[in-house]
Amino acid sequence: MSALIDLQGITKIYRIGSVEVHALRGVNLQIHTNEYVSIMGPSGSGKSTLMNIIGCLDTPTAGHYLLEGVTVHEMDDNQLAMIRNAKIGFVFQTFNLLARATALHNVELPLIYAGVSAGKRHERAEVALTKVGLSDRQHHKPNELSGGQRQRVAIARALVNNPSLILADEPTGNLDSQTGEEILRVFDELHAQGNTIIVVTHEKDVADRAHRVVHIRDGNIADDVRNNRA
Amino acid sequence: MIAFFIKLWENIRIACTALVQNKMRTMLTTLGIIIGVLTVVSVASIIEGLNRGFASQIANLGSNTLWIAKFPWASGQDFFKYRNRPDITLENARYLIEHSRQAEIIAALTGSRQNLRRLDRELADIFVNGISEGFEQIQNLVVEEGRFFNNLEIEKNKNNVVIGWEIKDKLFGNRDPLNEKIKIGTVTYTVVGVLKKRGSILGENLDSEVYVPIGTILKNFGFHRSISILAKVADANDLERTRDELRYLMRLTRRLKPSEEDNFAINQQEMLTELYKKLTGGLYTAAIGIGTLSLLVGGIGIMNIMLVSVAERRKEIGIRKALGAKRKVITFQFLVESVIICGVGGVLAILLSFLVAMVIDKVTPFPSAVPAWSVIMGLLFSALIGLFFGIYPASKAARLDPIECLRYE
Repeated sequence: MSALIDLQGITKIYRIGSVEVHALRGVNLQIHTNEYVSIMGPSGSGKSTLMNIIGCLDTPTAGHYLLEGVTVHEMDDNQLAMIRNAKIGFVFQTFNLLARATALHNVELPLIYAGVSAGKRHERAEVALTKVGLSDRQHHKPNELSGGQRQRVAIARALVNNPSLILADEPTGNLDSQTGEEILRVFDELHAQGNTIIVVTHEKDVADRAHRVVHIRDGNIADDVRNNRA
Repeated sequence: MIAFFIKLWENIRIACTALVQNKMRTMLTTLGIIIGVLTVVSVASIIEGLNRGFASQIANLGSNTLWIAKFPWASGQDFFKYRNRPDITLENARYLIEHSRQAEIIAALTGSRQNLRRLDRELADIFVNGISEGFEQIQNLVVEEGRFFNNLEIEKNKNNVVIGWEIKDKLFGNRDPLNEKIKIGTVTYTVVGVLKKRGSILGENLDSEVYVPIGTILKNFGFHRSISILAKVADANDLERTRDELRYLMRLTRRLKPSEEDNFAINQQEMLTELYKKLTGGLYTAAIGIGTLSLLVGGIGIMNIMLVSVAERRKEIGIRKALGAKRKVITFQFLVESVIICGVGGVLAILLSFLVAMVIDKVTPFPSAVPAWSVIMGLLFSALIGLFFGIYPASKAARLDPIECLRYE
């Protein structure tokens, strides 16, 4: 079975003035469907860069990236936008909801860019919000919701397009431990339902929830272990 | 196509939310556009009003009428040269009436400003037209009550007067003015007729004038005045031929040698039209200049605000891009926003311009009307400005890097 994500020799070099920063130095990584993977590493390790590349927000300087067999590393801005829209659901540390829009509208956003009609959009956004237990908060704006609720809205938004991959960047970073635990339980459920999840974190107990932990150090994979927690 | 309108609607909603969120800023930006469009439309209104006023004034002179007078219209700086010319006299008029074959009607006109009085009611500084037979036909004066004086009355210099509608109203109220006496200056006249209401042109109230036989003006208010001779032509095509004939006859009766210049002027409407065009041509150019400048300033305001808006909303742009918004989607979103600001500004400006036109019409002697073309032009211009000055900020927004935008707090 071919991998959902297939990274081959991914290198990323940033140029800051005349200085070259090697953020990634030839990363090879395969992730299969319905895996629950955490990516760990200290700040400056290159894990954010790796996440951006996996999330199709950025392209590598060198190397090959196949997402579901589609070559991503040569794509332009607009093609990447389409791939993100169709295949990736993002969950961010700071939630990144539109402050002025209701929960429902926030969840509808990816569907708007996918060109789904208003009626279907509504329906699917409602289903997604119900899945994360927020069916009664559809018309609330982010500032009327608690941190945990906001992150649930963000998860609903990540789910609504039925992506191939849910990519979470420090999803519990802005939450207290109890709320964080609730969010992690949502991820467990999503994984149980067959979703592929990648969580980027520097917290060990968050990383340990995953079935596979990838450690990044100095732009390379230092460690890739199966976790027999289950 | 339908998809486009759905997207447009979606973006209009997004833009409206953003604009409402920043009310003060939106208002100030809109103000720039309002002033720009208002300037353009208002100036257009004034010019349109002037044109209309001028057109009706000119119509009053009659396009088929030649005016023989001491001074040419639009004479300008040569005043002193013309001043020493001999006066145009009633004898000249009689000579032309007798000998002209081309003109349909020839009549003489002179005027004097006098005070009018009846019992204790007095009207100051009223224009008294002294006219000869045929004048009422040339000028299309219509009598509502009574009659116009006849030839005999004119020849005998009878002190009879035909009064304008408003004069009747002010001096007589609801009383029947016919055969009543009024004083013009110190001379008593008998009212024989009242004219139909005519309205006003460029602040000159046509209903506040009176008409008397021309001889009575010369007799009562002084012989030493130059009169005008009006010659109406049946067909406008005969205007030039008639002009040549009248010139020939005037030179003949004044015994001018071939080497001598004309010592009279033959005026016609066309001369005024040309002068007017020359004057308003400059006005138009100046107005277009001012309008363009203020629209430009408004446009720069829009661009400025949109750039600020893009910078402030980097986070939002980042989120939208991360979730799959393509460049053109972001561009479209911000373009819609600037076009809405400008469009709303344009609409408000046009509503205001109707108000301005009304005020100008009421307060100043200039008639003012908002022409349809200026409304369309104003709206079109403001939308175009929204597009033109919105493109740069919008494309800047679209080219932002989503990663950096997401990091922005």
